[in-house]
Amino acid sequence: MLLEVKNLKTEFKLKKGVVNAVDDISFSLDKGKILAIVGESGSGKSVTSLSIMGLLQDPGRVAEGEILFKGKDLLKMSKAEKRSVRGNQISMIFQEPMTSLNPVYRIKDQIMESIMTHMKVSKKEALKRTIEMLEIVGIPSAEKRAYDYPHQMSGGMRQRVMIAMALIGNPELLIADEPTTALDVTIQAQILDLLYHMREKFNMAVMLITHDLGVVSEAADHVIVMYCGKIVEEADVRSLFENPLHPYTLGLLRSIPRLEDENDEPLYMIKGMVPNPLNMPAGCPFSDRCDSCMDRCRKEMPQLVEKDGHKVRCFLYEDERQGGKRT
Amino acid sequence: MSEVLVEVKNLKKYFTLDHDFFGRPTSVLKATDDVSFSINKGETLGLVGESGCGKTTIGKMLVNLYEPTEGQIIFEGTDLTKLSEAKRRAYSKDIQLIFQDPYASLNPRMTVGDIIAEPIRINNLLPKEKIESRVTYLLNCVGLANHQRNRYPHEFSGGQRQRVGIARALAVQPKLIVCDEPVSALDVSIQAQVLNLLDELKEEFGLTYLFIAHGLNVVKHISDRVGVMYLGKLVEMAPKKELYSNPMHPYTQALLSAIPSVDPNTKKQRIILSGDVPSPINLPEGCRFCSRCFKKIEGCDRDEPGLKEVSPGHFVACKLY
Repeated sequence: MLLEVKNLKTEFKLKKGVVNAVDDISFSLDKGKILAIVGESGSGKSVTSLSIMGLLQDPGRVAEGEILFKGKDLLKMSKAEKRSVRGNQISMIFQEPMTSLNPVYRIKDQIMESIMTHMKVSKKEALKRTIEMLEIVGIPSAEKRAYDYPHQMSGGMRQRVMIAMALIGNPELLIADEPTTALDVTIQAQILDLLYHMREKFNMAVMLITHDLGVVSEAADHVIVMYCGKIVEEADVRSLFENPLHPYTLGLLRSIPRLEDENDEPLYMIKGMVPNPLNMPAGCPFSDRCDSCMDRCRKEMPQLVEKDGHKVRCFLYEDERQGGKRT
Repeated sequence: MSEVLVEVKNLKKYFTLDHDFFGRPTSVLKATDDVSFSINKGETLGLVGESGCGKTTIGKMLVNLYEPTEGQIIFEGTDLTKLSEAKRRAYSKDIQLIFQDPYASLNPRMTVGDIIAEPIRINNLLPKEKIESRVTYLLNCVGLANHQRNRYPHEFSGGQRQRVGIARALAVQPKLIVCDEPVSALDVSIQAQVLNLLDELKEEFGLTYLFIAHGLNVVKHISDRVGVMYLGKLVEMAPKKELYSNPMHPYTQALLSAIPSVDPNTKKQRIILSGDVPSPINLPEGCRFCSRCFKKIEGCDRDEPGLKEVSPGHFVACKLY
């Protein structure tokens, strides 16, 4: 197991109260696999990735749990240890490539900085590797473009540069936080394709954070659906899309306008909106918006139950799954 | 055929980026280059394309935020581009805009009630004492409660703010609403709510929409006809069903295939376009899509294809046809 997250709780202490942005989630990720974490804004998907990277900012902090990377707890590491893991064995790409690149340095200098921090190589060697990597991620005339500043590149190019920078240390885990959200569809297809090939080429694991179920179905092996800081459903990609269980997942899938649709009926809607994190409903966080809400849902929080590797947090499935084990 | 509400003829918008000592332009960005289409009353025309294709520029010219460089905008028989500024402004009431970003398009210092009432006051549409009840009515129409009128935009979620933006656009009883990516900043579950709301309001108020988006799937749901733009040009335009079942321009085909499908069983052969959209400054000769086209033939890089009607109502600008 490459990455194992156990009972992770991340909270933000605000003046008005404590927000549990990530509330007791556990999952694991194998080498060479792509795990997608899907959810809408405020679901805690980005906070999960920031917690793993140790990039949480005040007032956010990991309150409980373990993040085991190759068996070692990232949360218990010293700063120096963490630094050597981060950027080298685990790296991350962000949604907005323009704000994550430094506008006043040339592309090559930014990538070389990352090489020189983690490896003892000469400047010449670092530049050579930089240009090689830019070629791998598909930047045309890489030798010339390496001397560009970020503003001289298009959005897709910048995201390629970010990927080159993330991959330069040969990481075993890449966290991609909404890597294609800011891009046009034709460019999105290019970048997803690139991530897919890089995964095979370097045999790395990818944790893909996204709100787009389409992206998930095209790219991921395994999917986690998050809602209000909790995992509500987890399955491999095929069973999630063929047999979605949780009403939230079902609702999300039904509310997407599809190309295949022939009729002009109104779209299915999930009513209402995500509850205020400071004022969560008792019981299931989705109960207010759920079409199949029962009395029990408003009082108790359902557990995540598993059957045949498909986990779901909903009372609808608890009874018929008595045989399944509780997790 | 129903009545034409607005017709756009050879519309061009050029931005001069640089000029020489004598003021002659040396570098020109052709944001919208010779685009013509018309929208019938009660129709929704979808306009799709990637960033930089000029779709928003067209929307802004329609609502008078940009002045066209050339061409005509004929609204109910009057050419708006020939009117004096004062007369042109009178038409602003009839053509309203819903913005993409509900966070940036509402004044944070005004209450939601004031935001919606402002266009009514400016246009002197109602006597003062009637404004109040009109605002209440509009709030209800977009699914907000009357007690929320005294709140400020920051107290609302993205979807609710977009509803406020819609109520503001409706306030002046427009005939045409330009929806500029109204759902792209919203979460999936909220997108469906706003799309359905727009559909309902269209019926109720007898509206006509120009719906601008970058996603072909969103546009498909709401439009009657769809136009596809690439680098300032309209490359294909057809009734919805026709366009989606029989896309002809290679760019439309690529756009359709690039949309990730949520059904893992319909893994389709994806056409992945190579390269980026070229810069709209100093465009290459010939077809603008030529540098990324996978069906390029002899001569594509020489002459620019015009829009041709290949079957009734289906227009395409490509040498192949």
